[in-house]
Amino acid sequence: MALEVGGKTVETDEEGYLENRDEWNMDIAKAIAEAENLDMTDNHWEVVNFLREYYDEYQIAPAVRVLTKAIGKKLGKDKGNSKYLYELFPYGPAKQACKIAGLPKPTGCV
Amino acid sequence: MAAKFDTPELFENIAVIDPPPKYEEGAMAHSRPFVAKPAHNEGIGYPGELVDNWEEKAVTRLGELVDGSRALRTFLDSCVKCGACTDKCHYFLGTKDPKNMPVARQDLLRSIYRRYYTFAGKHFPKLVGARDMDKSVLDEWYSYFHQCSQCRRCSVFCPYGIDTAEISMAAREIMDSVGLGQKYCNEILAKVHVVGNNLGLPEPALADTLEGLEEDVEEDTGVAIRFPLDVKGADVLLITPSADFFAEPHIDGLIGYAKVFHQAGISWTLSSYASEAANFSMFIGSGDNLKKVAMRIRDAAIDLGVKRIIVGECGHAWRVAYSFWNTLAGPFDFLDPKYPAPQHIVEFTYDLIQRGALNLDKEANDHRRITFHDSCNVARASRMGDMPGGQFILPREVIKAAANNFFDMAPETIHENTFCCGGGGGLLTDDLMELRVKGAMPRMQALKQVVDDHDVNTLVAICAICKTQFAKTLPYYNNPMSMITSLHHVVGDAIQLGTKE
Repeated sequence: MALEVGGKTVETDEEGYLENRDEWNMDIAKAIAEAENLDMTDNHWEVVNFLREYYDEYQIAPAVRVLTKAIGKKLGKDKGNSKYLYELFPYGPAKQACKIAGLPKPTGCV
Repeated sequence: MAAKFDTPELFENIAVIDPPPKYEEGAMAHSRPFVAKPAHNEGIGYPGELVDNWEEKAVTRLGELVDGSRALRTFLDSCVKCGACTDKCHYFLGTKDPKNMPVARQDLLRSIYRRYYTFAGKHFPKLVGARDMDKSVLDEWYSYFHQCSQCRRCSVFCPYGIDTAEISMAAREIMDSVGLGQKYCNEILAKVHVVGNNLGLPEPALADTLEGLEEDVEEDTGVAIRFPLDVKGADVLLITPSADFFAEPHIDGLIGYAKVFHQAGISWTLSSYASEAANFSMFIGSGDNLKKVAMRIRDAAIDLGVKRIIVGECGHAWRVAYSFWNTLAGPFDFLDPKYPAPQHIVEFTYDLIQRGALNLDKEANDHRRITFHDSCNVARASRMGDMPGGQFILPREVIKAAANNFFDMAPETIHENTFCCGGGGGLLTDDLMELRVKGAMPRMQALKQVVDDHDVNTLVAICAICKTQFAKTLPYYNNPMSMITSLHHVVGDAIQLGTKE
């Protein structure tokens, strides 16, 4: 599969995850989010940016706990929980947010 | 994303749909998981893509498998078409597709076996339902052998004990051997061989996650509970599904295990080399991979110098550990013979409770009205404790020791009759969501009864697959996602920290 963004084509897998995460930019993120019927707010970007920073350091997306804690620190304690993250990313913060952040899909029993 | 589908309807005041639904031919013929990429297949020792002459090679591989397993040959030879299995599969009940009747699923492979390996099938194929191996057969195999979670419920009701799981594993092994693999299982297994777990969670990320957990738990409880990693000389090596590090509600179970170890004062460790209990090799019927993954655990145990190995809440891992480890990676004579090798975390906690080593405050769980889902591989392919049926008794006794409100679902849906969650056997993937939602229906029907009758609000399971599957499918049936949790979450919430240690 492929995604057309600003006249450029980027390759994705069957589910729309980027094949090459170095190709990621904010326009691509917006295009993926749009295809998922998501309107990217500042809080969405906080999550996406944290995912990318964490991935750069650890070569994997953060565990849900790690993510909720980090978001709680950035956006306030009332938002540091998975319920809030599901409000932002209804298909699940791990999978949907990773897709928008250009990261591979978490695999396993998750 | 998958096309839209309708969630099956649930009924009032019944545990199991009876009479079974009227069948709908071809209702799930479109269901087909993503095919593995060459790198996934090659990473676990299979050809990257469909090989030349695959028809012949598939038939040859089938011959090798029946020659190597008298069980498989007997299962293929002995069906008398009595029909006892037809309404026992959760996928049939949920999808109404007659090819999801266990006998029909078996016949997909049996028809090829007959054609090439029986006298009647070689000479009079049409008389005995024998078919040539061709592309239409392969397509049908790929679709319907990925609509079997290998839960073995049908085999409980088969008068000959035919185990459809073995047939489905063999079919997947044949497909892999000719280069047609399923992406979900094969990608994951390839990761385990390289990184050590299904998630691909490298050591630094695991260490960071565990450190964060120590901080969280101390903040919540005021007690410094450790989550040790790679500690040489610890008494216990805990082998748990990597979902326990990553996902909810799994991680609440991991916190519960840590609290149990803490209060019991038993030193333990996780291993970054063997950071996975799951062994998906079983789902694809691959003996070589099964052994390779099991050996990681043996090597880690020897390297860390532990005395015991305890397995966390993972259904098929416990089957592999309990039934196969000794053959695959044994003997475990380097462990302390005073303890079962391996031991399930539920056995461990149960023993501590029996000895009065844990202080549990049941009232801490008074907001929960709990029922327990028996996971298929624990229920029908293993045992716990030293009594028959211990795998049913122990988890329930642990819950009852930690909580006041427990209600079992109907007897025809629990213990050895349990329904699969709908996501087992390597099918817990988004590309099979329709199958998963429909396959969850029988469990959801039985659950509805205890919700209606007893206001049950908590579904407890001891399997990472079950937990993820229910977290995803409960909302389709108008239940909150948070209804599902880990058994050791309930235990952990009841432990009175600081009263024993």
